[in-house]
Amino acid sequence: MKKFTLSAAVAATIAIFAGAASAESNSAVLTIDGQEITLRAAAPDYIDVDEVISGWSFRTAETQALQMDDFDNPGMIFVDQAIDDWNTVDGSEGKSCASCHTGGPEEFAGLRAELPRWDEAQGKVMNMEDYINLSRVEHMGAEPWKWAKPRMDAMVALISLQSRGMPINVAVDGPAADMWEAGRELYYTRVGQLDMACSNCHEDNYGVMIRADHLSQGQINGFPTYRLKNAKLNSTHARFSGCMKNIRAQPFAVGSDEFRALELYVASRGNGLSVEGPSVRN
Amino acid sequence: MKNSMLLTACASVAMFATVAIGEVGPNDVVFTDSGAVEGSLTGVAGDPANGAMVFKNRKKGNCLACHQNSDMADQLFHGEVGPSLDGAGSRWEEAELRGLLTNAKNTFDGTMMPGFYVDTGFTRVLEKFEGRTNLTAQEVEDVLAYIQTLTE
Ligand code: HEC
Ligand code: HEC
Repeated sequence: MKKFTLSAAVAATIAIFAGAASAESNSAVLTIDGQEITLRAAAPDYIDVDEVISGWSFRTAETQALQMDDFDNPGMIFVDQAIDDWNTVDGSEGKSCASCHTGGPEEFAGLRAELPRWDEAQGKVMNMEDYINLSRVEHMGAEPWKWAKPRMDAMVALISLQSRGMPINVAVDGPAADMWEAGRELYYTRVGQLDMACSNCHEDNYGVMIRADHLSQGQINGFPTYRLKNAKLNSTHARFSGCMKNIRAQPFAVGSDEFRALELYVASRGNGLSVEGPSVRN
Repeated sequence: MKNSMLLTACASVAMFATVAIGEVGPNDVVFTDSGAVEGSLTGVAGDPANGAMVFKNRKKGNCLACHQNSDMADQLFHGEVGPSLDGAGSRWEEAELRGLLTNAKNTFDGTMMPGFYVDTGFTRVLEKFEGRTNLTAQEVEDVLAYIQTLTE
């Protein structure tokens, strides 16, 4: 009898606690449709944490569950929309993505894990958005898509999904080194009226609550992310912009050199984690 | 006669208002070596009730973003970035609290706690906050009066 009362009390406490804060998950692996996702990995030596941790680990059990099954993952609706776009002819050449990439989006397995990356032929560091627009403009004769807009974010999600479970492996040396350095500089620069840097929240304080939010490492391996807050896919640059506005800083433009550099640097902070997109966050 | 008395009363109210507005500007605050600020920023006693509002309000101090405070147990979410403020009114002198609310960087080197009465020296401030302080001088005095009620 006494034991019973005790466990009921413990259960009640846990329930109350879960409502206020999500306890950080210690699991090292998440399995989605039989595919293993690495949630924790040894950190690359150029960053100041011991372990890199996926943002999934910091979300509530309810939010986590939405990503554990593709039927529950609202991000998959947008992936379906991107499949329609994949097969839709557009532009002066009368082609769709499918006209050239006859192997389907599966042809791009592995690509997301390496982006952003230096592209010798283009002579610059390329993001997924750059590759999509390169094809639209040069191969299809179509208008480029705007970054951080629904069609672009959905196509990024479709192509990212082909690499799900593969380890992020972004190069920090070679011709991209200067840009990576610039990204690191931005990561540690305090901005806005609240005078904070990305590192203040995502390196110094991950794992603790900032009011109602459980701070993660601000990793981008799960992008694009479906957010419950705005019920759509969110690109990396849109997220960076949101974080800057929260500290009352003037964000850099989506697609700007600054955000490109920051994306390269932040992506490299996730080396060793799995490609996870489209992930689900609050 | 009656009229002229009214006039005198008005004039003195106006004068009083001028004195109250003549508060210490954000760039004129004098800090001690340890980051404390001795005199009131406004000359008007702080209002702890308004201070509590500023403390909670997400668009004002939003102190709960980073600090736990048992006095506000009715509020659902308390942050964990900074120390709990239970008993802070006993731990710190008034001048020390005024200093660390005005610009915490003078008290704690390199702290993440924002300066609440600072309007210069920032990078890329969002336009609508450009050249403005997070709180007004009186709001700082009000929060200070509230923190002083958090005694052990
Ligand atoms: C005042 C604290 C704060 C600062 C400063 C901050 N962020 Fe965030 N960030 C958050 C919060 C809160 C969230 C949502 C919870 C979480 O994932 O940490 C978040 C989420 C993110 C995410 C999404 C992570 C995921 O798993 O989906 C990324 C990426 C991110 N931030 C990057 C940045 C970058 C880059 C900067 C600097 C430009 C930055 N943040 C500055 C508080 C901050
Ligand atoms: C973004 C985070 C953040 C916000 C917002 C914040 N603080 Fe702090 N505060 C801190 C940190 C961190 C410390 C500890 C000093 C340090 O090590 O940097 C601190 C220290 C303090 C202390 C001394 C604590 C003690 O007991 O020793 C007081 C008092 C205080 N803060 C009051 C406030 C008040 C009042 C507000 C709102 C008007 C506020 N803080 C807003 C982060 C914050």
